[in-house]
Amino acid sequence: MARALVNVPKRAHRGEVIEVKTLIAHPMETGYRPGPSGRILPRDIISRFTCTYGGEEVFSAELHPAVSANPYLAFTLEARESGPITLTWTGDNGFRQVETALIEVA
Amino acid sequence: MAKPLTRRHALRTGAAAAAASLLVTPVLATPDERAEAIRAFAGGAEIRDGRVKLDLPPLVENGNAAPLGVEVDSPMTDADHVRRIAVFNERNPQPNVVTAAFGPRSGRASLGTRIRLATSQRITAVAEMSDGTYWSASADVIVTLAACVEG
Amino acid sequence: MTGCILAFAAVLAVLGPSIAAAAEIAPPDRRSDTIAMSPALRAMQADDAANPGMLSVLDGEALWNTRAGDAARSCADCHGPAATGMRGVAARHPAWNKASGAPMDLTGRIEMCRTENQRAPPLPAESPDLLALSAYVAHQSRGMPISPPDDPGTAAARERGRRLFTARIGQLDLSCAACHDDNWGKRLAGSPIPQGHPVGYPAYRLEWQALGSLQRRLRNCMSGVRAEPYRFDAPELVDLEAYLMGRAAGLAMETPAVRP
Repeated sequence: MARALVNVPKRAHRGEVIEVKTLIAHPMETGYRPGPSGRILPRDIISRFTCTYGGEEVFSAELHPAVSANPYLAFTLEARESGPITLTWTGDNGFRQVETALIEVA
Repeated sequence: MAKPLTRRHALRTGAAAAAASLLVTPVLATPDERAEAIRAFAGGAEIRDGRVKLDLPPLVENGNAAPLGVEVDSPMTDADHVRRIAVFNERNPQPNVVTAAFGPRSGRASLGTRIRLATSQRITAVAEMSDGTYWSASADVIVTLAACVEG
Repeated sequence: MTGCILAFAAVLAVLGPSIAAAAEIAPPDRRSDTIAMSPALRAMQADDAANPGMLSVLDGEALWNTRAGDAARSCADCHGPAATGMRGVAARHPAWNKASGAPMDLTGRIEMCRTENQRAPPLPAESPDLLALSAYVAHQSRGMPISPPDDPGTAAARERGRRLFTARIGQLDLSCAACHDDNWGKRLAGSPIPQGHPVGYPAYRLEWQALGSLQRRLRNCMSGVRAEPYRFDAPELVDLEAYLMGRAAGLAMETPAVRP
């Protein structure tokens, strides 16, 4: 499993706009780069990221090889209710990782 | 004491390196391919300048990770919000960088990430609004020549 | 690789006559190279939620608490929480190791603990696990001043390191000092020449797209001037590390630093 770093505030007021910051360890191998042997390394990237909150997909992103290694994604959400915020990264070679952060909304 | 390096030696070394670099230059996308990718994203609709703020340093020290931020001016309500933001480049092997989807629960239309830049070039962000209009902003970025790379 | 030669060739053509004499940077002028980075890169380093080096620090934290080797002991079993037990340790390495009669850098110290106390096979040089453990331990010293030990053994290593730092090497016939003492703050092609203080290692280099050790960085410079780099863990590299930490004494640790 890849190391992921998810930053979500633990508490927020209802209606507050919060920032979600995510980092995940992944080479994002472009498929254009020669390896040590001189041969082109096959593409190996995270191609999709989704964020669900309150049972709804609230943010998603399609990633291409031009996204840097160890992808960083930051976006905002409106805090509406307490509960889990679920982040899913999927990609080449069956890559799939799910992380959950809990937020308390008062 | 130190032996001074002659200008001739320096130039000769440089010329050999320049010749070698021609062998490994990858095929890059063209501004036309970028324009085509943008047209495909907007489904041929008119794209206007404005409402999009693209935050990219004018000069980056390394093209492997340039911080990129996009903000779109929108109330982000059910009736009026940003549906998608897409980022395009013109000199990487492929014109697409990232496409993100938003909704009224986003609070703001804001995206931060890091992108690869094969070389100095123009980056364009296009926003698709819930009313079907498209808005964009572009920024030129210079990638400085790395002084010393491993190898 | 080719860019490196071109850049050096260009700078030598311009600065050739001025790189004859090396003089150490005066202590008041010594500073972390973070200052010379763009605001964007400084921000990337400063925000733990955005600094990609923190991924390895977290890996290191997990390894710190994982039992390993025939002794089935974790680092934490002996040392307790790293936040207290390892605070300041990285700022005092390389340090003299009585048993081997040689200076030892932080990575060497971790390997020694691993093979002797945990009775586990050593981790390969520059492997993700070794970098992660080093980064986690060094991170405990973040913000603390670099404080090299002053025993005679480490002092002798520093002096050997100083001689290596000022010796011209490679096809480009450059010493470390020719750039990092005599021409810091000027530009080599588009990039500022750093003073070269090892305040933030293991560091996340955008060029590497990964975390790497100070030894990797030193080897990088050696191949940059077209010299044969010393192998990982060679005594010369540890001597250079000892000299560089002495040269950076008093500067604050930044691990994990972000560098272009």
